[in-house]
Formats: sequence, structure tokens, C-alpha cells
Amino acid sequence: MTALLELEDVEARYGPVHALHGISLSVEEGSVVAVLGPNGAGKTTTLRSVSGTVRRSGRIAFAGRPIDRLGPDGVARLGVAHVPEGRGTFSELTVWENLRLGAYTRRGSIDPELERVFSYFPWLSERRKQQAGTLSGGEQQTLALARAFVHRPRLLLLDEPSLGLAPVLVAELFRIVRELNEREGLTVLVVEQNAHLALQAADAGYVLEAGQVALSGTSDELRADDSVRRSYLGY
Amino acid sequence: MAALETSPGPNLRSRSAALGGVVPPIWLLLVAGAAGLLVGSLRSSVFAQLTVQGLALGAVYGSLALALVLVYRATRVVNFAQGELAMATTYVAWQLIQWGLSYWEAFFATLAIAFVLGTVLEVVLVRPVQHRSVIAAVIVTVGLFILVDGIVNWIWGAEFKFMPSPFGTKIYHVGGVSIARLYPGMLAVVAISVVLVWALFRFTKLGLGMRAAAFRPAESALVGVRVDWMLAIGWGLATVLGAVAGLMAEPSQLLLEPTLMQPILVYAFAAAVLGGLDSPGGAVVGGLVIGVSLNLIVQYVPSITSELQAPFAFAVLVAVLLLKPSGLFGHREVRRV
Repeated sequence: MTALLELEDVEARYGPVHALHGISLSVEEGSVVAVLGPNGAGKTTTLRSVSGTVRRSGRIAFAGRPIDRLGPDGVARLGVAHVPEGRGTFSELTVWENLRLGAYTRRGSIDPELERVFSYFPWLSERRKQQAGTLSGGEQQTLALARAFVHRPRLLLLDEPSLGLAPVLVAELFRIVRELNEREGLTVLVVEQNAHLALQAADAGYVLEAGQVALSGTSDELRADDSVRRSYLGY
Repeated sequence: MAALETSPGPNLRSRSAALGGVVPPIWLLLVAGAAGLLVGSLRSSVFAQLTVQGLALGAVYGSLALALVLVYRATRVVNFAQGELAMATTYVAWQLIQWGLSYWEAFFATLAIAFVLGTVLEVVLVRPVQHRSVIAAVIVTVGLFILVDGIVNWIWGAEFKFMPSPFGTKIYHVGGVSIARLYPGMLAVVAISVVLVWALFRFTKLGLGMRAAAFRPAESALVGVRVDWMLAIGWGLATVLGAVAGLMAEPSQLLLEPTLMQPILVYAFAAAVLGGLDSPGGAVVGGLVIGVSLNLIVQYVPSITSELQAPFAFAVLVAVLLLKPSGLFGHREVRRV
């Protein structure tokens, strides 16, 4: 297996505030990798440094190609879809327009992608003319995810998909992510507060603390680790 | 359509939310106004002439107002130089005609030049200061106003220029009313331009990218939209609409001078604010309302002479800002559930 995404000694800062102090991690092609850690550990910033939405230094390679100097649109064009924390939906636009934007970098017809997404979320098809801002929180989160699927990314960056969602929906989202991973080889890097869920869906994980990697391993290894159990799994 | 039928509730809700929840009264008001104009026109030929002329001028104001709205929506910048850019591009058209192009060749060449000019100005002048603050960019546009004015005076001088009439001198007689072909011509040109711009925004991928970039630049970049390009293209399109306004304003003034667009900029501001600064449709409707009412008021209200047109437009602007700052069609802040 080769690494699709590789971060080496990546630092990032918001103005004077250092958010990442030299993170190194790698995501194998076709795997689901979880990023765990307390608030402020730099989980979101790690995703943002990949998608180019934060000022970063260090080496970031996607499919063997350095991307640490690319802006967010350039990274997206290489096949990286980032579903940001909260809702990344365009609330002023319709559901269909949101989905169309997901495939903005693709040429030609996107009907097959739309069909595929509608097979997972049939309600999206029925409400394609509805303004996205009038969807419920969970629906908007689903739409953001669906938009990323239409992109047909090689790498999906998922930030806190469970935030503000009913547990039943969260489980459903993770099931679909896992299914896309198994069926289509989608590679996923997911940040999640709910470590239990994340480790269930993931093959491997990294635990961040204060902008550094504190621990890493396969999901089974992390589940078996005492500190992870105490801090994140609660047993 | 199936989606519309299966879920009428949310669709209606989203629609009224988008238009500020005031749709019926405003449409009633506009329909009543239009009916009044029609009745008046049938009863008096002077009224009919003033109405047609007012609509044509209003279309020019609406076109410039739309240019202001496009830039405002994309970058939250009010472009004070929009009128002067329109004037400058009209001079370009005059120059091209002097060099031997026909009117309509010069017209389309000017639109292309306007697009490039607007795009380059965004990249060179606005973008470098844009990320610092909106007010810095606004001040840059004020500087641009003075700069463009100076350049035009320097190249072409302040004396009047004359352009051939784009629509000839033909006069139509409809019933007892005589209407110069100029006015329906102006209306048609502006209408076609506005519809083309609307279709571009509504039906093309580029238009979708531009709308997305205007609403949510950060999220747009994440899906691969080149936000910087979209904003530059937005400026280019606005400058094209301004050029259309300038080129159609010139024949109604019968001459070209550097101050051509200055009163029209005031009317366009009033139109844009009346329609709602972030509503493209509102800008066009606002332009027509301002154009017609200015024309009729000067004729029928004895105390308001043509010198008072600009102050009247300014009064409308202030009144809207005081009474209904979002204008007739402006967005209220979209609910984030």
C-alpha cells in the first residue's frame, strides 16, 4: 500500500497563534483514518492545512505531489473534497446548485454522480429546488457530504460530521462513508469528537495533543490503549 | 417540477424568505403603478411620450444600478467609479467610430474592451487592498473616479463630442402618440443585455461559480471555484453593463462630455438602493421606477423643475435608507438554522 496523503513536520498558525507544531501523518490509499484529540489540539487545523485554508509550512504530499503551496481551489482540483466543520452548504443556493458546485471541477455530464448520490439520499432528489438554507441542520450536513460525493474525490476530508446531529443520523453517515470506502476505495481522513464511532469506522487513527501527534496506530491498537480508553472512550 | 409539487411548503417558504417576506404588497404596488401608467398613456399623448422616454432612461439607470449591485454582491464594495468607467468606455466607442468602425461594430468592440478593463482594474487596483478592508477598496474606487475623469479629459479634452445615432431618426406614430425609435431601441438593448447577464448567472456553470464565490468565498474555494477569477470576471461584467448604460445614455443626451454619467450615477445609486443593494432584479426595477417617476414629476409637479431631478433622486435614496434599508427586494439576513 502506498500513502495517498503524507504530512511531514507540518506547522500552521492563525496570526501569532501556533496551531500545529510539526505534525507528521500518512493516510494509505483506500483507508479511513481518524484524527482524535481534545478541543484545540489542532484536529481541524490539520484538515485545513491539507486543503490549503490555513497558512502552513512543512511538507504535504498528495498522490506523491507536493501540495503545500497550493490554494484551496488548487487542492480541490486534484481530487480532495473538504467538508468543513459546521455546515459548508451554500444556504442561498438550491439543493441542486449545491450538488452542482460539488462537481465544479469535473467536466461533462455529472448525471451518473447525481444518480449515485440520490441512491444514497433519495430525499435530495425530491427537494432539489429547495433553498439549502431552509433545510434542517442534519439535512444541511447530509447535503454537504453529498456535495463532496458528487465531486468523486480521491480523498475526503471530513470535519466533525457528528456535530449537532441526531445519533441515528451520525451512524447512518458513518455507514455510508464506510460503504463508499469499501465499494469504491474512497480514502477518508476524518476528525471526530466521538472517538468510539470514529475508531469503529476507521482503519487507523492519530491522537493529537497541543498541536502534536501524541499517539498513532491502527484502530484496534488505539482502542486497546489505556490512555485512549480513559480520555476518549470513557471506559 | 415534480419536486415543486411534492413539497410546496418549503419552496414557498424559501421564496418568501429570499425576497424579504414582502412579496405580495410590492408586486401589487408595481402592477398598480404599471396600470396607472397605461391608463395615463391612453388618455394623454404627452403622458405616453414621457412614460416611454422615462422607461428608456430608467433602463439606462437600471443597467448602471445592476453594475453597482453585481460588484457590491461579489465584494461588498460600492464602486463609485462605475459611472466614470461607463463614460470612459463610451469615449472608447466614440474613438473607434472616429477610426472608421460602424456604430454597432464599435458598440460590441467597446463591450469587449470594457470587460477587459473591468477585469484588469479589479486585479490591479482593488484586489491588493480588498483583503485589508472593504472601506479601503471603496476609497480606491473614489480615487478611480478621479483618475478616470482625469485620463478622459487628458486624452479627449472636455469639449463635446458627437456620435451617430444608433437607431436613426425614425419616429413611430402609435395612435396619436409620436415616439422616437431611440427610446424603444434603448429599452431593447438594455433589456437584451440584462437578460443575457441574468442567463449567464442563472444557467451556466461559470454563473453558478460566480454566485457561490460572492455568497461564500471560503466554501467556494473548497469545491474548486477560483474565487479571485470570479470576482475579477464580476468586475468585468459590471463594466460591460456600465458601458451599455453609457452607450445608451449618450444618444439621449445627444452629446458626449466627461460629465455624461455623473447625474446618472446618482439615479443609479437611488435605483440600486430602492431595489435593494444585493438584488439584481431590484436594481432593474428600481431604475425603471426612478426613470419614469423623474420624467413624470418634472412635467406634472410644477415646483419640481429639471434642475431638481438629482436632488429628488437623492431624496428617494435617503428615504429608502431610513424607511426600508433593505430596499424593495433586498435580502434580509438569511436564517441560519
